[in-house]
Amino acid sequence: MSTADDQSVGMDYLESFPRKFLRVYLPLGLIIFFLLFPFYWMAVATFKPDAEMYDYEKYNPFWIVNPTLEHIKKLFFDTDYPLWMWNTVIVSVSSTFISLFASVCAAYAIERLRYKGSRYVGLAIFLGYLVPPSILFIPLAAIVFQLGLFDGNLALILTYPTFLIPFCTWLLMGYFRTIPYELEECALIDGATRLQILIKITLPLSLPGVISAGIFAFTLSWNEFIYALTFISSSENKTIPVGAITELVNGDVYHWGALMAAALTGSVPVVILYSFFVEYYVSAMTGAVKE
Amino acid sequence: MAVMAEPVAAQVKRSSMWTRAFESRNFLGAMFMVPAIAILILFLAYPLALGFWLGMTDTKIGGAGRFIGFQNFVSLSKDSVFWLSVFNTIFYTVAASVVKFAIGLYLALLLNERLPFKSMVRAIVLLPFVVPTVLSAIAFWWIYDSQFSIISWVLIKAGLITRYIDFLGDPWNARWSVVAANIWRGVPFVAITLLAGLQTISPSLYEAANLDGATNMQRFRHITLPMLSPIIAVVMTFSVLMTFTDFQLIYTITRGGPINATHLMATLSFQRAITGGNLGEGAAISNAMIPFLVAAILLSFFGLQRSRWQQGGRD
Repeated sequence: MSTADDQSVGMDYLESFPRKFLRVYLPLGLIIFFLLFPFYWMAVATFKPDAEMYDYEKYNPFWIVNPTLEHIKKLFFDTDYPLWMWNTVIVSVSSTFISLFASVCAAYAIERLRYKGSRYVGLAIFLGYLVPPSILFIPLAAIVFQLGLFDGNLALILTYPTFLIPFCTWLLMGYFRTIPYELEECALIDGATRLQILIKITLPLSLPGVISAGIFAFTLSWNEFIYALTFISSSENKTIPVGAITELVNGDVYHWGALMAAALTGSVPVVILYSFFVEYYVSAMTGAVKE
Repeated sequence: MAVMAEPVAAQVKRSSMWTRAFESRNFLGAMFMVPAIAILILFLAYPLALGFWLGMTDTKIGGAGRFIGFQNFVSLSKDSVFWLSVFNTIFYTVAASVVKFAIGLYLALLLNERLPFKSMVRAIVLLPFVVPTVLSAIAFWWIYDSQFSIISWVLIKAGLITRYIDFLGDPWNARWSVVAANIWRGVPFVAITLLAGLQTISPSLYEAANLDGATNMQRFRHITLPMLSPIIAVVMTFSVLMTFTDFQLIYTITRGGPINATHLMATLSFQRAITGGNLGEGAAISNAMIPFLVAAILLSFFGLQRSRWQQGGRD
């Protein structure tokens, strides 16, 4: 890719730096400022004492004079925040693994076993990907209630796969398609069963795809909001996004410091994970769209 | 001999039936599909059907409902708040999608230039999409605060305005504010996926155009856009789908206020169904979203068809 890039801008050296600065760096810098400012603002509010937060005359709002951990302390010790964090981790990890397992099996069957009607099942699963949670949550709430799952982690662990499985299956189908048939044929001749082929040949070869799907699925379930808001009612069972928005606002009193601390600390785990797997994340996101 | 042969034959037949079953692609395929299909039928297909049914009943939370036909839709058609939410949803979707596409394409073109720290820049650009929407929406809520908005403060210091802007108290200010937050969240998705599309365009096309003396604008108009159009169709369909069914941003920043000015169909259905307890009416509002979604999906489908035909592919 890099050599191709070099060719495409082969006459780049003719462009003077000031011109390139105006044409590329300046607009890019402005857009990046716009994209990053809310995060800076989140971080500033998290570590700013209340006295500075509500006084723009005496203190410049862009800086912190006396940084404090007061808001984070309040969040961790005076609210159920640690429980929300725990719930979010449990729900995200479980639903990701359930979805990965179901998707690997389904994608392998559709792409490699090619049973009768597999094309149509593949298409149906893709259509499932297009059904948004905001039209499913009302009937799902009724079902969750009937099954007695209401107000528990299981309600989320079982419903998140509805948007994860279609996505993961679709992505993995693309990866499985790139593995040569010959490898499987050799294994079949050597007497391997289909399950052995899946575990010993297909999966290791499509590991990048599985990681991509897993990372993306994990961030999607970490970010999920509408199901968690609808299916969970007691504070100790909430996830971070729901807990922050429902428990940290008392009537008209907004605990801005604690809210911002929750927003920041709730984002950090996903961002750390993302920073380790950027390439996988991007390939999951673009792969799902390109197909 | 004939007496001996029969059990042996039966045995062979029986064992081969089992092994054949496990070697049969149809049977194995069905077995492999069980986990995914079970979850998708129980929690996706069944609720989808149940939603249609609920929309035609007067179900309340905690009680069984009666079938009332299209009465929910009839009463909604006379409900000015419902029509306001339809207007808001369309305005929100169109305004946000147009700007997201423009900024996203521009950003993708910028990122496709030769840049130092290119992959790091790309990773940073994608951050708003990675971070939980509700949590970044909280930051926007604070940015739009009526007394402590940093935007108002900067504009006052710059001498451009004299009073703090009431971002979330005035209907049109509130609409534009949530649109801005949605643009902020959606631009990275559009930009990065379009960038992936840009990188697949062969540089030799640009070289040929250069030799023919094409200007920058001509190269963009006659090479970049046509080559990118299939992926633009898909990306924008996804973007429209996500924007149209958006719930999180509105629920966090305005809860539909002021006076329902920012209610989208999704937030209104939540308010009626969960907060208000009228599951049937809420489901009817959700169902009313479906025709729009189908329109968006069909649009992308025909976009894809055209791309196949353009590239001379099969199917």
